[in-house]
Amino acid sequence: MCVGLKRPRGKIVHADQDVQKVRSAFRLSDIGHWPLFPAIVLAALVFAALFAPYLARHDPREGDITRKSIPPIWMERGTWEHPLGTDRFGRDVLSRIIYGTRISLAVSLIAIGVAGTVGTAVGLISGYHGGAVDAILMRLTDIGLSLPTILIAVVLVAVSEPSFRNVVFVIALLLWPRFARQIRGETLAIKEQEYVALAVVAGRSSSWIISRHIFPNVVPTLLVVCTLQVGYVILLEGSLSFLGVGVPPPNPAWGLMIADGRGFLATAWWISLFPGLAMLLTVLAVNLLGDWLRDRLDPKLRQL
Amino acid sequence: MLPYLVGRVLQAILSMLVVISIVFVLARLSGNPVHLLLDVNATQQDVDILTRHLGLDKPLLVQYAIYVKNIALGDFGTSILTRRPVTEHLWERLPATVELGVVAMVLSIALGVPIGVYSAVHRGGVLDGAARVFAVLGQSMPPFWLGLMLILLFGVLLGVLPAGGHGGPLHLILPAFTLGYFTSAAIMRLTRSSMLEVLGSDYIKFARLKGLHEQIVLWKHGLKNALLPVITFAVMLFVQFLGGAVVTETVFAWPGLGRLILESITTRDYPIVQAGVLVLSALYLTANLCVDVLYSYLNPRIRHRSAAG
Repeated sequence: MCVGLKRPRGKIVHADQDVQKVRSAFRLSDIGHWPLFPAIVLAALVFAALFAPYLARHDPREGDITRKSIPPIWMERGTWEHPLGTDRFGRDVLSRIIYGTRISLAVSLIAIGVAGTVGTAVGLISGYHGGAVDAILMRLTDIGLSLPTILIAVVLVAVSEPSFRNVVFVIALLLWPRFARQIRGETLAIKEQEYVALAVVAGRSSSWIISRHIFPNVVPTLLVVCTLQVGYVILLEGSLSFLGVGVPPPNPAWGLMIADGRGFLATAWWISLFPGLAMLLTVLAVNLLGDWLRDRLDPKLRQL
Repeated sequence: MLPYLVGRVLQAILSMLVVISIVFVLARLSGNPVHLLLDVNATQQDVDILTRHLGLDKPLLVQYAIYVKNIALGDFGTSILTRRPVTEHLWERLPATVELGVVAMVLSIALGVPIGVYSAVHRGGVLDGAARVFAVLGQSMPPFWLGLMLILLFGVLLGVLPAGGHGGPLHLILPAFTLGYFTSAAIMRLTRSSMLEVLGSDYIKFARLKGLHEQIVLWKHGLKNALLPVITFAVMLFVQFLGGAVVTETVFAWPGLGRLILESITTRDYPIVQAGVLVLSALYLTANLCVDVLYSYLNPRIRHRSAAG
């Protein structure tokens, strides 16, 4: 039970409120704090990505045109050969989804790694030092943020011709300002704290203060931003593929598969449905994991 | 406050100039429209004439200078394909995008902020759980897929709503929900986490200690401070909206700016792509400017710092 709710309104907040926070973080009904589901989904995804050639029964790129638009197993005409059916080229939907995990995971890991590192460094330096450094870095960030992401991604990838490498590069390029802006905002607030002022008075170097006082305090924010961004990158990559400017066909990118089925919603809905479900589950798992991590890693909670 | 405002406006103009440059270079890199416009039987002479006519034979730098000058004069040029002024094309398409964007934005704030506050205050409750499932689903749903599934459900299977196109309020329902669901989820999440942070802070404890009414503590002391990051984020999201409209507009065959830009990329109609992206970026920079001013107004520490610097 959350004791905080029973507390008479307007009275002093109990010192043990933080204990309640930790307890409520592990309540089963609080699905956002339940790491089992994301752990299973993500483990399954990584497994699928690593062992795709052993798990998939069909070639993800080559189809058998004589077996096109077979419905999923539970419907009339469905076969065990194609549990989730086939698309209009006779390609096995399940096999393509399995191979598709590779594209989604690789794109998001690389893009977030690059964008997160650059963005956090920029945000910390900019927020802490202020002045000309801040002005220049924030102008760059502003410019980056002033670009409507999907639109510019579409233009950039279309110009540089769609490929895996270009998709990752463009996403990372467009993503770092989001980290920089949030981390800088957080840094500005933390900088006003007394312990930072004390550290300055004590003669600590700015790199010491940034790494010991500022960075640990922006980690929760960084995690929330990362969470939102990992999911966002998968969705962005999906959107690009959907619009035809992502990883090029016949690669089994989930967004491409959804676009493939767009014209056949009334007759062969499974072509679009299943890859979308896979994407939904993946992003859902990442988002839930991030929520849980945040509650675990919040410094205020860790002190207990 | 005045020097800060002036500096901030200059900044926005500088950003806009850089955006103009990026857009110009991008569009020039994307291929030669002359070959798209002429059929395969065109002679080299035809190519030369058209190239000269479009001003594409001049050095890039000259083209750029002419371009910036024209933008400053409010002239975005003419569409390469239709030969009509680009502004006409934009004005035709902008209302539909704004219509969709505003409806979706209102929807997402109206849903996101109250649910977020409620969720934070009643943390751990059943409704908090339900709200968070709603939010986390919204954050995880591929918008284009959600759009297709809504079309499948309401357009194809139930047949109660139009599957696409632009028209009365009925046509707005599916696209606005598709566009707004993601954002309302994001706003809710952020309001919740921000509110939780604020509620755990000393000044809230102090406000309660003073014996202030809980509602005043929540809405005046709590929400006002919790909204700071929410505002920043909501504006960032609004632009995602305008850009994200490319996807929603494509799914629902919505005649907006996003779809116009996407179509123009395919046909390599540079002037439209450039002007479209510029208009969207200008909207964002303006919104961002307003937010920064508001931000500094809401946070006195930053206001005094800015005024001093």
